[in-house]
Parts: sequence; structure tokens; C-alpha cells
Amino acid sequence: MSSNHKHSEPANPYLEKRRNGEETSELEKRVSDIEALLISKGIVSKESLDRMIEIYENDLGPMNGARVVAKAWTDDEFKSRLLQDGTSAIGELGFSGLQGEHMVVIENTPEFHNVVVCTLCSCYPWPVLGLPPSWYKDAPYRSRIVLEPRKVLEEFGTFLPEDQEIRVWDSSAEIRYMVLPRQPDQSKGASEDKLVGLVTRDSMIGVGLPKSS
Amino acid sequence: MITLSNSSNIFGVIVMNGAHDLGGMQCYGAIRIEKDEPIFHDEWEKRVFAATMVSFGALGSIDAFRHAIERMGAERYLSTTYYEHWLAALEMRIEETKLHSKAKSDTPLTSEDVDAIVPTGGSYSREVANAEIRFAIGDRVRAKNINPAGHTRLPRYIRGREGEIVTNRGNFVFPDTVAHDLGESAQPLYSVRFESAELWGSEEEGRDAVYIDLWDSYLEKIE
Repeated sequence: MSSNHKHSEPANPYLEKRRNGEETSELEKRVSDIEALLISKGIVSKESLDRMIEIYENDLGPMNGARVVAKAWTDDEFKSRLLQDGTSAIGELGFSGLQGEHMVVIENTPEFHNVVVCTLCSCYPWPVLGLPPSWYKDAPYRSRIVLEPRKVLEEFGTFLPEDQEIRVWDSSAEIRYMVLPRQPDQSKGASEDKLVGLVTRDSMIGVGLPKSS
Repeated sequence: MITLSNSSNIFGVIVMNGAHDLGGMQCYGAIRIEKDEPIFHDEWEKRVFAATMVSFGALGSIDAFRHAIERMGAERYLSTTYYEHWLAALEMRIEETKLHSKAKSDTPLTSEDVDAIVPTGGSYSREVANAEIRFAIGDRVRAKNINPAGHTRLPRYIRGREGEIVTNRGNFVFPDTVAHDLGESAQPLYSVRFESAELWGSEEEGRDAVYIDLWDSYLEKIE
């Protein structure tokens, strides 16, 4: 990664998102020591460490969840299976495993809007959304979304009707949540492939809404 | 039922009510959203991620790992980045499980193993014969007011508050014991609804609600 790579402001007053060169080289040393230990103790091969990184960089991400949502928008029977048993319906599309062993999908309606958090750590449905963004793991979101969800959603540019109840799902156990956003009216009748492009990561966390076109 | 001790101190480190338990705090500034954020910011982050993921078999449960992060200490927890938490916890677990003095395994994890583990994962639900189901859907419950010395998944902002049972999710392993190698103690896990007004006393947010998964041991019936 180039050293002039631009990053946004720190996520909170106590924390720089990246370390300076000296700190980074210390961290690299500590990680190298652990890798060497794991390899010398016969726990893991170097290739399998690389494979783990490759999977999470390339194969898992919100594009998976978007396919689940688009299918639910176009297939009522799938949608009903999805809301009944999220893990198994998501598995039909080939998405499963670590941090998605117990999936619950929660549907947004005109009455209720759902949003997901993990106040205690950073639990997130990896098979459908990949690894979480920094803001999801950092203190400001985790602390405030349960207390003032409406204000927090407004900071994400999401303004909900006053009479729509917000339900905040705190992932305190091994249940992992994905929001099924409401299909934009303008997109009714569009193909599943086209709909995939409307489903954003944030709409499946619940801090955003799908694109309308 | 499991007794949640207020007095024992399992690792000799006072960790009750740690800095990781963030729900309801207001002192951490604005949410900063990084546009087009990369999956990892630095090379070492990828490598600590991978090293952690392949180590769960050797270094214990995910709850033991979470609890190690909780034991970093407040100042360190709040002043380091996310993957530094992972790195610190990994180092602690290596010390605690005495990995340095263990014999070499002759079956290291291979790339094929990784390809098999990622889409499979590990289930945390358990069949429990004759499990006692104390609560029915719609029951009013109170989260216990506890301050355990070890790991817990009952956040402070929920303790002592009244809510309503929404779903029985089945029997799940209990983090408070698993994290300390005290057994799985699988028991009913409930989705419980707490009104914002009950949690925060605020008129403004009164129409909203928090849904949270709580184990049987965390709950008491409101008579």
C-alpha cells in the first residue's frame, strides 16, 4: 500500500486509524513472531494463512447479501423461507459458515425499520456481508445506536418517518442478523440481476436504504 | 441454573464492567465513515486476522478470545485499533494456553482445511434433554442486575431493565462459563424486546426498541 494513500479523519478522538511507520513495524514484528510460533508448533501452514486472507478479501462481501435480498424481492416462497430459517435459506444460495452459523433475517416494513449492532464487540454476518467496516467496530456507533438510533441514522443520511418504529438488534449472542430492506417502489418488476445493484451494504445493516434506481 | 458470582476473580485481573461494554455511552465523538474503505488497512492486519482465525482450535473458544480483549485494560482498549485488539488477545491466549511449551502437532491446518472450515463454521446450538423452559413468548422479564468478575454477554445498559420475551431461539452454549473453560452449560436463549423509554427514560426515543439475545441465566420473571 502506498504511503500517500488517503484516509478519512480518525474515527474517534482517542484513535488514529493507522499507525505511523515505526508503530507499524513493531506490530509487524509481533505478528511475525506469532506466525512463526504457529508454524513451528505445527498448528498451521503458511499457505493456509494466505488462503484465509484470500477468501475474506475476495469471496465474501455485501455482494453475497445483495443476492439474497434480490432473490427475496422476486421470489415470495424464498422470502418466506428466508424469514422462517435464515441460515438454511441463505445456504440455498451457497453462503454459509463462520459468523453466519445462526442467521436471522429481519424484514423492514412501513411500520418497522431494523438496524443491527454489536455493543460488546463487533459481531457481524460474515458470509453475507464480509468483514465489517471500521465504523461498525468503533466506539461511536456501538455506543450510540442503542441510545439514539434516529439521530445516528440521520448521520448516515437516513431519515425515517416519525411514526416508523426503529428496532435496534444488539448481537449479544451467536445469532447473526441481516436486514431485509424494503424494495424501492420504482424497482418493482425489475430483474433479479438489476435488483442486486440496488442493495447496499448499509441497507442490510439497517443504517441505510437501498438505492431507488 | 448457573450462579453468577459477584466475588470470584478468575484470572486475577479485575475485568468486570469493562470499556468494551459501550452501549449507551455518549463520549466517543462522531461516527466517521470512511468512503471506499479497504477490507484491511495494512498488511499486518490481514496477517493477524488469519493467524487468529486458524488458532481457535489450538487456543480455545471464541468467548475466551473475546474475554482476552476485555482484559486488555480500558486505556489500552480505547487507544488501539481493532486489529490491535485481536493481536493483544492472541498474545494473551498464547501465554495462557502455554503454547510455547506444547509439543509440536504433526497435523498442521492446510489450505484445504481452511476451504472446508470457512463455509462450515461451528454450531453453538445444542440439544438439551429436558431443558427447563422458564419463559413463554410475551412473558414480562427483568434482566438480572449482575456485575460478574468474568466474561458476560449481558451488557450494563440492559441490567435491571424490564422487557418482553419475543422468541425462544433454542439452547445455546453459555459464554459466561465457556470463556473460562467451565463447560458449555447450554441453556435457552431468548430474543427479548426492551422499549427505549424503559432503557433511557427518554420521551423523544420512546417509540423505538432494542432487541437483544439473552440466556436463561440472565433473566428473572416479573411476578
